[in-house]
Amino acid sequence: MRDERPLSHVSAPVLALLAAGLALQLGLHAALPAPRAKAPDLLLPPASSLLRLASLGEPIALAKILMLQLQSFDYQSGSKVPYKDLDYSRVEAWLARILELDPKGQYPLLAASRLYAEVPDEARQRRMLDFVYRQYLLDPNRRWPWLAHATFLAKHRLKDMDLAIKYAAALQKYTTAENVPIWAKTMEVFIREDMNELETARVVIGGLLSSGKITDPGELKFLDGRLREIEQRLKKGASSKPQRGKGNEAVGHAAPLR
Amino acid sequence: MLRHILPIARYTLLEALRNRLLWLALILIAAGLAFTQFLQQVSITESNQIQAALLAALLRVGAVFMLAGFVVTSMVREFNDKVMELILSRPMRRSSYFVGKLAGFTAVALALALIFSLPLALFAPVPRVALWGLSLACELLLVTAFALFCVLSLTQVMSALAAVAGFYLLSRSISALQIMVANPLSDTLSLGQGVVGYVVDAIAFVLPGMDRMTQTAWLIYSAPTAAELGQLLVQTVAYVLLLCGAALFDLQRKNF
Repeated sequence: MRDERPLSHVSAPVLALLAAGLALQLGLHAALPAPRAKAPDLLLPPASSLLRLASLGEPIALAKILMLQLQSFDYQSGSKVPYKDLDYSRVEAWLARILELDPKGQYPLLAASRLYAEVPDEARQRRMLDFVYRQYLLDPNRRWPWLAHATFLAKHRLKDMDLAIKYAAALQKYTTAENVPIWAKTMEVFIREDMNELETARVVIGGLLSSGKITDPGELKFLDGRLREIEQRLKKGASSKPQRGKGNEAVGHAAPLR
Repeated sequence: MLRHILPIARYTLLEALRNRLLWLALILIAAGLAFTQFLQQVSITESNQIQAALLAALLRVGAVFMLAGFVVTSMVREFNDKVMELILSRPMRRSSYFVGKLAGFTAVALALALIFSLPLALFAPVPRVALWGLSLACELLLVTAFALFCVLSLTQVMSALAAVAGFYLLSRSISALQIMVANPLSDTLSLGQGVVGYVVDAIAFVLPGMDRMTQTAWLIYSAPTAAELGQLLVQTVAYVLLLCGAALFDLQRKNF
């Protein structure tokens, strides 16, 4: 218990001053509009070296704060139209800076692929997917999940199969870590199957099997099954196409399969 | 009452001079100018803006740190040397002592705001620098009043300085925190998020909006509007009144 005099020792003017000050502060605060992030407020980020200087030796902490700050832009309360007014070149610059400060951090790429790339604006989507692709190439074994999502977006949202194949092929080519699931490395196969590029899909699987990268028996079995299925489909195509008068071409394509 | 207040204010000001606060301010300005000169050499464009922005940020933080340190250590020294008890043993109201100290520290704050604004005139238009300086004076006034309130309540250097630092950092970042809390990633708000949101809003209600004060953008882009300035002045008056009330409340209940 503090050694204090009773409340009666406090003079009335002091109590009045305290009450008036408190009322004024609360009233003033209530009268002000709530703070809100506005798209035009998003400026270009400073140079990476300046940010490192400002981080005072804590670049990871600064990166986390900057990411949270960036994320709060343009969520307009009431009418929630996220990111529609944002300048994406600036968003991209901020994401790149944050990754430079904290290269192991996954948040910027999650935001790029799952937040900023999901706007109903194709140009912005493509910009973000390209950003994810470029960042993936810098550290494929850590950043593959985001390129996998980008591949999904390219295929299903943008309906750009060439772009999806470009990303999926990069996933297969550059991701070398053993803990990467088979589905990520074989996305290219499925996309090519969907495009009816069975021959290329077969070659990709054959390449995967012969590369020695796949060692898990379950994965080997799965890929082998897939390979057989493709070959069956190719055979079916080869046997049905001569009836349509294109038999020679089809056989010619199917020949290398065996 | 004034015959009690003025000598206390005068001696507080004298103490600031004898603590070589002015020299420290001049050294900080010289170091800031040297630093910005170096940056100007390496910048490709907007060198004036870079100099103004970095010097302003450095001087603002420096002024706050110097002033808070001075108020806290000066008051703790008075506690430890029993100067305060000696003064209050005289036929004088406690509020006179408080107002005298506040007036002295306010004079130091205004002098620092003036001294730290002057070098900025090298890089930005004088009217804008004047408005920036006015805002810095308001900011320093708030820091002075809060530091005085803390040191009267806590009477320890470390705890009072920590409280002032926490108050300053929180006041400058509370709006950003409110925005972050108000915009979660998922649409569904969990109970925890809701509680955190209410707590942050409640804290914001009793803190001054320092993030709207002394903005570097005023120096390099455009001057503040009259509404912004008016809001800044009203905020300063309201919060200084509140802090004076709280500090006097504590002082009048204190047993020596």
